[in-house]
Formats: sequence, C-alpha cells, structure tokens
Amino acid sequence: MTVTADTGGARRAFGQFLLLGGLLLVAITGIALVVGISVGIGDLPIPLATTFSAVTNRMGWTAIELNRIHETVIWDYRLSRALVAVFCGAGLALSGAILQSLLRNPLAEPYVLGISAGASTGTVAVVILGLGAGTISLSAGAFAGAFAAFCFVALLSNGARGGPDRTILAGVAASQLFNAATSYIVTTAGNAQQARDVMFWLLGSFGGVRWPEFALVSVVVGFGLIACLLHARMLDAFAFGDETAASLGINVGRAKLALFALTAMMTATIVSMVGTIGFVGLVVPHAARFLVGPLHVRLLPACAFTGAIFMVLADIASRALIPQQVLPIGVVTALVGVPFFCLILYRYQRVS
Amino acid sequence: MSIKAENLVWKIGSKTVIDGISLVAEPGKTLGLLGPNGSGKTSLLRLLAGLKRPQSGQIMLDGEDIRTIGRRPIAQRVAFIEQHAATNSNLLVIDVVKLGRFPHRSMFSGWTPADDAAVNDALEQTGMAAKRNDRWQSLSGGEKQRTQLARALAQSPRELILDEPTNHLDIHHQIGLMRLVSSLPITSIIALHDLNHASMFCDRLVVMEAGKIVASGTPDEVLTQDLLRDVFSVEARVEISPHHRRPHIYFV
Repeated sequence: MTVTADTGGARRAFGQFLLLGGLLLVAITGIALVVGISVGIGDLPIPLATTFSAVTNRMGWTAIELNRIHETVIWDYRLSRALVAVFCGAGLALSGAILQSLLRNPLAEPYVLGISAGASTGTVAVVILGLGAGTISLSAGAFAGAFAAFCFVALLSNGARGGPDRTILAGVAASQLFNAATSYIVTTAGNAQQARDVMFWLLGSFGGVRWPEFALVSVVVGFGLIACLLHARMLDAFAFGDETAASLGINVGRAKLALFALTAMMTATIVSMVGTIGFVGLVVPHAARFLVGPLHVRLLPACAFTGAIFMVLADIASRALIPQQVLPIGVVTALVGVPFFCLILYRYQRVS
Repeated sequence: MSIKAENLVWKIGSKTVIDGISLVAEPGKTLGLLGPNGSGKTSLLRLLAGLKRPQSGQIMLDGEDIRTIGRRPIAQRVAFIEQHAATNSNLLVIDVVKLGRFPHRSMFSGWTPADDAAVNDALEQTGMAAKRNDRWQSLSGGEKQRTQLARALAQSPRELILDEPTNHLDIHHQIGLMRLVSSLPITSIIALHDLNHASMFCDRLVVMEAGKIVASGTPDEVLTQDLLRDVFSVEARVEISPHHRRPHIYFV
C-alpha cells in the first residue's frame, strides 16, 4: 500500500517535473521568438534567420557568412535592447504582482504607488547634480529615491490608519511630490539639453541600453524572480490580510520589509536604465491571474513571462507605429494600461 | 491548563484597552468571552493568539511563556479566526484550507500525505468537502466562515481562538458552527454576542467590561439578572431551560 502510494507520488513528481520543463521550454521559445522579431524590426530590417545565425555564430556553434553590418546592428544595438526589455517587463510585472498581494489592492504597482517617481528623482539627482557616476551609482541613486518614496507611502498610509485604499492615495501624493522634486532639480540645475534628455528618458526609452545594462538588470531581476518564488506560499498566506498571515506563523513585519525592498530594488534598477514605464506592473498581473489563477507559485512565473513578452511587444510598437520615429515606451504602455486601469477601478468599486 | 493569562495590560497610546486580565482556558473546553462593544474582547483574543505583545503580564501555553515561543511554533498549535476575514483574491476553497498547513511546512518541503489528511479532515468536519473546488468569491457568508474554520482546523491546532464567528450568519449556520466548535476535542476561546448561544455551547464564560473581567464561571454562575443589568444594560429574566438544562435568557 505504502509502496504504491510512494511510486504514485514519485510518478506524479516526475510528471510535474516534465510539465515544468515543457512549460519552461515553451516560455523560452516564446521569448526568443519575440526577441528575434524585435531585433528584425527597424530602419534596417533583418530576417529572423540572420539573427538566429548571428547568435549561433557568436556562441561558436556555427560559422555562417553574414552581412557585417547586420551583425553589428544585431550585436551592438538591437539584441541587448530587446533582452533588456525582456527583463524590465518581467521585473515590473513581478513588482506589481507582489505589491498587489501585500497591499491587497488590485490597483497597486510601482508606478501608481510613486515608487517609479521616487526612483526617477534619485536618478536625476545623480545625473544632473553629479553625485557619483556610472551604471551602479545611477542604480544606487534610483534605489535611494525608490526607497524614500516607499517609506513616504508606508508612513502616510499607516499614519492615516488606512486600509489598502489609503495606500493608493498616499501613492498619488508620493508621485506628485517626487515628480515635483524631479522637475525642480531639472529646471534649477540642468541646462536645456539635459532637460530635454531627461524629459525623454522620464517617459521611458530603451534607446540607450547596451550589454552592461543587460548584465545588471538580468542579475537583479533574476535574483528577484528566485527570491519571489521562494516567498510564493507566504504571499498566498497574505490573501486574508496581515492578521491572518501572522496567525499562520509569518513574521509579517520582516516578510513585508523583505518583499517591499525586493520590489524597490527591481523597480529602481529598471527605472535608472529605461525611465519610468507605467502600467506594465498593473496590467500584466491581472492578465496572468486570469490565465493561471491567484496562487503565487504559478502566478509569479506567469507574470515574469507575460511581462517580458508584453514589454518586447510594446518596444516593437514604439518603433513601428510611426515610421522614422521612436515613441517613448511609456506612451505605448499607458495607451494600453490606462483603459485597463479604468476597467479594474470600475469593477473594484462595484465589488466593494 | 492550556492557555493561561496573568495580569495582562495592553494600551494603545495612553488608552488602556486591556486592564489587568487573568484567565485560564482548560484543555478541551470551550471558553466564551462576553462583553459589550468596545470592552476589549478582540484585543484580548489578539494577545492570547500571540498577535500582539502585552505591555505587562504574561501568557503561558502549557506552562511555556508565549514570548519564548517563535511565531511558527505558536501557529502550529494555536489557530485564530478574525472577525471579518475578507480577500479580493479569488482562491479556491481547497487553497484557502491548504493555507492552514503553512506553519507545518518549511520553505522547501513538498505537500505530504499528512498535509492532505489534515486538509481533508478539516473539509469533512466543516461540511465543505463538496465545495472544495468552488471559488471564494462565489461562497455565501456561512460558507466563507466555514471555510475559515476549515483553514483553522487544518492547522491541527490544540487551541482555537474565534472572534465573533457567528456574525452575519443565519440562525441555522450560527447553531451549526457553535455546535461544531463546542464538540471539537480542542480548547476553544470564543468572543460572542449572543448570550443564549454562550449559555448553550460554552463550558465556562468570562464577562468583560472596559478592559476588565467582571465575572467568570459556568454559565449558570455568570448569567444572572443583576449582571445583565449592570454590564449589558438590559432587563432580563433568566430561567433554566427545560430543553437543554442551561440558563436561558428572556429579554423583557
């Protein structure tokens, strides 16, 4: 009896392992496909097969003769850009999913809560006031700003003894405050060229990203994804609020601090590279929840995957919608995100 | 004794919410906690469940100071059901009940047959087995409360703490829930408003007023006409019911 139970369990575990491997393969193939399409689109169209060959050439697996210009465009510009978009989308979607669970509010995400605004203030302070230099110090500045914004929201919503709804209002205040701070720094300390650059960057742009940015964002979001997955069951236990979570044996204060710090870290890294991209963290978790249900062990990987695809598609749209011109990526995500936000707001109010 | 509290004091700012409370919950018995709104019942339950730390006094779980026990070991033996357990997430009933196994599992451990058994027993006991694959948002108030109870029972608790569990339930579900809780072989502490239910289903009662205990004992010792007038400000007659041999209160 126990033997059959054990082999049954083992077979089930093996089945789950196979399913997991299969899903992972599908996910990677899907992401590779949209990345390939993204690399191919632009002033110089590049066929998918060329991109594929360029990658296998560089890996040392093949030695196919390719157009030198194609290879340069793929390696020096478009591939790093597409891959950064993959990790940015995944990171923002994960952050949104975590914030929605912990704050128990379907409208929570880094952009709505002012964390992105805080991160941009921190980045602008580093760029224009010249506090340190380089990718790492940009991220550090962004993190400081994101964390400041988060503390502001946390203090304001706790001080107001509010439920999750208050958090959104506190986030609105934080957005206003930090956007004002950003504008203040730009107008008082920056020159005209800097002001223009910052304005463009604030709406989100993958234009400047290369391999160093890819290295940093892949490590940070990769770490974030693993850390989130380890907390998946804990996030489920927050479904009925802090009190129930505590009665299930969770150290609520410590868990929340760790998870909030994780979202601040991912958001800050992303904002310091590509600016504030709104609504990805809002739209994607809802879409993922619709597909795989509310359990985090499935929801979080689904968010990472959907967010990655969504962001690469948004980047493609930003380059392809208007010929010879690149739209800020934040404009594209907002065009998709705002109607979605309205829909959730409408439904949420009817439920409560 | 299963849970024993001595001289608990708990304040919010300068306001004393719990003012020197001592009580004992005996193993396997049902202890009812009565008192008007704002008398400190919910706060006391939170202290007893280890969710809040009292400013002074101590709580013992089987002779062990609760401050020396970690959050997780407490959750392995004390289950708590708060008054309004609400969520905007649309979990399945089975997933909610599975949350009860959280304190028994480590971060990496898989789902064991023991976990399965605890969840199935909890679903059977609360009559939610047939609804195990229903979504939380589709449940009625009574079903939500029974699901919460199943979640608490899946924790395999030795102590169960419930804060006004029969609120918002129809009379059938109120009686069903109280009967189930009082028949469980575990120590239960329940905050209640319905005095007749307290009389019928509790082994002992504690009455609170303004953060203090003003009466305690068996239902027929506690539920007197004088107490009802002094504490609850109602005129009532108390008679032993011919049906269940316990005090029954008629409000006049």
